[in-house]
Amino acid sequence: MGKSELLVAALQNGTVIDHIPTDKVFDIVNLLKLQEMKTPITIGNYLSSHRMGRKGIIKISDRFFTDHEVDKMAVVVPNIQLTTIRDYEVVDKKSVTMPDEINGIVKCPNPKCITNHEPMLTRFFVTDKECGSLRCRYCNKEITRDEVKLL
Amino acid sequence: MNQKNRSLVTLEDLDKEKILHLLDQAAKFESNPNRKILDGKIVATLFFEPSTRTRLSFETAVNRLGGRVIGFSDAATTSSTKGETLKDTIMMVSNYADLIIMRHYLEGAARYASEVSPVPIINAGDGANQHPSQTMLDLYSMKKTQGRLEDLNIYLVGDLKYGRTVHSMLQAMRYFNPTFHFIAPSELQMPEEWKDYCRHYGIKFHESTEFNEDIIADADILYMTRVQKERFSDLLEYERVKNTYILHRDMLCKAKPTMKILHPLPRVNEISQDVDESPMAYYFQQAKNGLFVREALICNSLDIQI
Repeated sequence: MGKSELLVAALQNGTVIDHIPTDKVFDIVNLLKLQEMKTPITIGNYLSSHRMGRKGIIKISDRFFTDHEVDKMAVVVPNIQLTTIRDYEVVDKKSVTMPDEINGIVKCPNPKCITNHEPMLTRFFVTDKECGSLRCRYCNKEITRDEVKLL
Repeated sequence: MNQKNRSLVTLEDLDKEKILHLLDQAAKFESNPNRKILDGKIVATLFFEPSTRTRLSFETAVNRLGGRVIGFSDAATTSSTKGETLKDTIMMVSNYADLIIMRHYLEGAARYASEVSPVPIINAGDGANQHPSQTMLDLYSMKKTQGRLEDLNIYLVGDLKYGRTVHSMLQAMRYFNPTFHFIAPSELQMPEEWKDYCRHYGIKFHESTEFNEDIIADADILYMTRVQKERFSDLLEYERVKNTYILHRDMLCKAKPTMKILHPLPRVNEISQDVDESPMAYYFQQAKNGLFVREALICNSLDIQI
């Protein structure tokens, strides 16, 4: 049994975020504001992975994520795996994929876009789920995953 | 067309059938532009950014159809200078008007307005984004002068990087098997994303930085746009090319007799004055066609059939 699986098994209640690219682990920490949490968190990085070579993993006790938070993770880091643990049992395991639309998560980089001037939700169409590219529903600006800035 | 409230935000929302239907309606208005079919209707023209030409065309269209116009032509005179949101302005005006025609300096403003407004919105230009009535009048002018929209050789000349009219034309013409020729200085060439758009929809195109009588000899439509100094990062480059993309009368010597020259106007110097006398010059009639097209768009948004 691999080390990362042992870490998963040790969690009584909470969420395991697995298959994180090694350079994205701390983006996830910042995104979910894990540094502000007061429950046990284990962060592992550069762990061996059959699929990825090296990967990161974050194990968070007593924390479950809303769909909105999952969408946020999908925008920044694609193809991570979320495992929900309750009473030491895996109750849900899913790969996080980009939804068709991203609402209220990403800031439009176009300074002349209406969304940067009105108190309104931003809305983006996902134009390429693999590359993570988005198009603003309002000004039609196309952005790549690397250009994404979260609200 | 936003079917929920019949707004017109972008031509991307219209399918081929709808575009052709609207062009047919415009032709009916050309044969008789004065019809009292908007009796009792009030149309608001909200121009957060000045655009005399577009506003006059829309307001003339309403007046010729017997409707009444309210609105403003300069945001400086409105509550938006006091910090009122666009949504609040739209909600307020929709209490009074049956239709809102809006020009705004921010991109996406028309889409947002159409989402919050209980009455239809017609986009009369939102920043550098969309200007669907301009594209519709371009299409109408091409169809009228060539007798068809299918299989045209369309030459787009000038600023193809920033010009929204040329980008909208690519979108609207994707149904009609055109062959485009992009003629522009290297700094202002058609952006890669729009060339990708053409490839995606199987739209044929050729590119050239040269502009002369041989290049344009095969054109059905010569669509001129302005090369603006402020678009250049390298002013030496501007000085080098500024006279290259000016159309002179003698450049028409090899053109097809049926070829027509279009321009979204205002023109500065990219079409020399001597071209105006050529039977190929069509830009002033093109602007006039805007009236008939806008009559059709207004009636469509108000669900009035003729």
